[in-house]
Amino acid sequence: MDVPTRFSGPAVQSLLPSSEPVQLIDHDGNRAAPQVTKEAYPIPDVDLLLRGYRQLVTGRRVNQQASALVRQGRLAVYPSSFGQEACQVAAALCLAPGDWLFPTYRDTVAAIARGLDPVQALGALHGNWHCGYNPLEHRVSIAATPLATQLLHAVGVAHAAKMRGEDTVVLAMCGDGASSEGDFSEALNFAAVFQLPVVFLIQNNQYAISVPLSRQTAAPSLAHKGVGFGMPGEGVDGNDLAALLAVLGAAVRHARDGGGPTLVEAHTYRMEAHTNADDADRYRSREEVAQWLPKDPLRRMEAYLRTRGTLTDDDAELAAAAAEEVAAQLRNGWQQDDVDPLDLFRFVYSNPTPQLREQAAQLQEELARADKPDAVGSTPSAPQKLQPEGGSAR
Amino acid sequence: MTAVSDQRPALADAAEGDATVLTFAGALNLALADALEADPTVLMFGEDVGTLGGVFRVTDGLAKRFGPDRCFDTPLAESGIVGVAIGMAMNGMRPVVEMQFDAFAYPALQQILSHAAKFSNRTRGRVHLPLVIRIPYAGGVGGVEHHSDSSEAYYAHTPGLTVLTPATVQDAYRMLRDAIRWPDPVVFLEPKKLYFAKETVDLGALREDYARDTADRTGSPRYAAIGKAVVARPGTDATLIAYGASVPVALAAAEAAAVEGRSLQVLDVRSLVPFDDETVMAAVRRTGRAVVIAEAPGFASVASEIVARIQERCFHWLAAPVLRVTGFDIPYPAPKLEHYHLPDVDRVLDAVDELQWEEDE
Repeated sequence: MDVPTRFSGPAVQSLLPSSEPVQLIDHDGNRAAPQVTKEAYPIPDVDLLLRGYRQLVTGRRVNQQASALVRQGRLAVYPSSFGQEACQVAAALCLAPGDWLFPTYRDTVAAIARGLDPVQALGALHGNWHCGYNPLEHRVSIAATPLATQLLHAVGVAHAAKMRGEDTVVLAMCGDGASSEGDFSEALNFAAVFQLPVVFLIQNNQYAISVPLSRQTAAPSLAHKGVGFGMPGEGVDGNDLAALLAVLGAAVRHARDGGGPTLVEAHTYRMEAHTNADDADRYRSREEVAQWLPKDPLRRMEAYLRTRGTLTDDDAELAAAAAEEVAAQLRNGWQQDDVDPLDLFRFVYSNPTPQLREQAAQLQEELARADKPDAVGSTPSAPQKLQPEGGSAR
Repeated sequence: MTAVSDQRPALADAAEGDATVLTFAGALNLALADALEADPTVLMFGEDVGTLGGVFRVTDGLAKRFGPDRCFDTPLAESGIVGVAIGMAMNGMRPVVEMQFDAFAYPALQQILSHAAKFSNRTRGRVHLPLVIRIPYAGGVGGVEHHSDSSEAYYAHTPGLTVLTPATVQDAYRMLRDAIRWPDPVVFLEPKKLYFAKETVDLGALREDYARDTADRTGSPRYAAIGKAVVARPGTDATLIAYGASVPVALAAAEAAAVEGRSLQVLDVRSLVPFDDETVMAAVRRTGRAVVIAEAPGFASVASEIVARIQERCFHWLAAPVLRVTGFDIPYPAPKLEHYHLPDVDRVLDAVDELQWEEDE
C-alpha cells in the first residue's frame, strides 16, 4: 500500500526527536560517545560553559539556602530544583536580553540566572505578595502555579512580537505533569499553527508530586508529542548543561530565524521532595533516588572543565564566593515585612472601583483604632492613602 | 466623515442621509471597525470571526478590511484563545476575542478567573491586561443546549474583571469602544436576543459624540458607560432595575403599567462591574419601591447582589421589600420550554403588584 509522502518521509521524520536524548558530556564528565542525532549539536564554546558552570554553582547554593530558609520559617515553602540546575541555567543562558522567559514555581533558579534579584525572585514564597518582582524588568513572567497556563501567555507574547516584526524569542517552561493539561496542547497547537518563535522546555523530572511519568503519558517520550502538532521535538539529557545549551541554543536560533516553535524534553530527576511539605518516601525508594546521584549536573560540568584545564581552583573559588554572596542576600532578605494592608485594594484594577474604595476606607478605619494590632502581626506601617482617583470610570 | 464611510458596516442597512438603521450587531461591528482603525494595537480573533465574520456576523468584513493579521480565525480552543490574548496584552496589544457562545466560554474560565482577572494584582499593577472577551449570552432565541446561559455571575463574582452588558444599539457601540480603551480585562456580554434589534441612528453624531467624550479637560481618559447605570425611562411609583435582554422587558412592562396608571422608572445597569451604587440608590430612593429583573437563575446571582445592596443602603426609603424576577434555579430549558423560564412582562407586573401598594392608599 502506498503511504502518502506527506504522512511519512523526511518532513515527518524531522519532527521526531533523536532516537535517544542528546548527550555531549557523560556522567563522569568526559566527552560523550558520538550519537546519531537528527542534527549536529556541537559542544558550546568554553566561555559559555564557564558562565554556565558559575550559574550552576549559584543555582545549587540557592536551592540549599532556600530550603534552609523554609526550615527557619523565613520562606513559607520552596519547590526545589536541586538536581535540575542544568535545565534552569540553560533556559536562562540561551536567551538574549530582549527575549522572554516563562518560568513555573520550580524555576526560581532560572529566573535568578536571567538576572533577577534573588530576594525578589523568591518573594512570592516569603509571602508578602504573590509575585516579588516586576516581570517587565527582565522579561521574566510571573512564576505560574496552575499548570501549563503560562504556556499560552508565552505564545501570546510571541505572537505580538512576531506581528510587530521583532526577533524576540520566548522560552516557556513546564514539567512532565503539565504536559497532560489541556493548555499544554492548546499552547503547542497555537504556536505551531501560527509558526511562532516559542521554545517549549519540558523538564521531565519523572514526578508530578507523587505521580510518576507512566501515569502522565503512554507516548514513547514527551518530545514525541511535537509531531502531533507539526512541531519538531527533541530530547536531551537534562543533567548535561552542554547538551542543553546546544539543543536549546539550536531551538532558539531556529525560532529567531522564523522557523517556528520547538518542543524540547529534558530528561532529569527531582532529587528532593515536591516541596518541603511533601514526603517523597511515600511514593519512591531511596534506591531510585540514589541512582541519579552520579548523574549530578554540577559535578559533571566541573569534572569536564577541570579535565580540560579550563577550570582552575581559583575559578572554582570565585564561583563559590559569588554563590555565597547570593546566599547571603537571601539570608539578609526580608528583614522587615513592610506590607501595607491598603495594598490589598490598590492593584485589583488600574483604578479602584467605588466599592473597593469603600472597603479600603473601612480597613483603614479599623487600622486607625489604636487597640487594633496589624492583622498580619508585623510592624504596623502607617497606612497610606489609597491612590488618588484619576481617569476612573466615575 | 472618516474613511470608514465608504465601507459601511455590513449589518447597517443604508438609509438616506446620515440617519442609518443600525442593528445591535451592526453597532458592535462598527465599534470594532472604528477601534481597529483608531489603534493599530487592537486585534480581533476567535472562532469563525475571520472569513465567516462570526456566527452572529459581528465581525463581518473586518478580516477583509483590516487584513488577516488584525482579524483572524484561531484553532477551536477557548482556553487557548483567552490565554494567548493575555500574552498579547502583556506585550503591547489590545486584543478583542470572541467566545462563540456563553457556555462555550467555560473551557476558558481558568484563564479568565485565575489569570486575566489577577494579573494586575499579582504584579502590583506593573502588568495591566487591556483585553476584551466578547461573549454572546443569555437566551430567548430558541437555542439548543449550551447556547443560552446567563453566565454573568461567574464573572461579576471575580475581582479584577470589568463586566459590561449593553441593552441598546447606541450603547452597544459606545460600550464596546469603552471596553477596548479600558486598561483592564473586560468581559463584554452581548445579549443574543438583542443582536438584531434596530435603531435609527445618526452614525456621524454617534461617532462624534463618542470621540468628543473620550478624555476630560486634563486629558485623562473618560468612559461613556463603564461604571455608569442609566435611567432608561423616567417614572415615579417604582423602579425596575434590569440589564441586557431584560431591559426591553422592563420597558415593555413600564409601558403596560402606564396604561393602568402606574408610573414605573426603568434603570439599565449596563455596567455590572464596576457597579454604579450612586445612580441605582438614587433611583430607588426616588420611588421607594423596586423590582430587579434578570434572566439568570436567581440564587446567588447579580440580581441578588443588587437587592442586597439596596436594602443595605436604602432601607429607610423603602415602602416594600425589594423583589426579584429572575429565571428559575434550573439548567437553561429546551427551546419549547424557555418562555416558561424567562422573565416576561406579566411576571414583572405581578411582582410590581406585590409591592404593598395598599399601605399608600
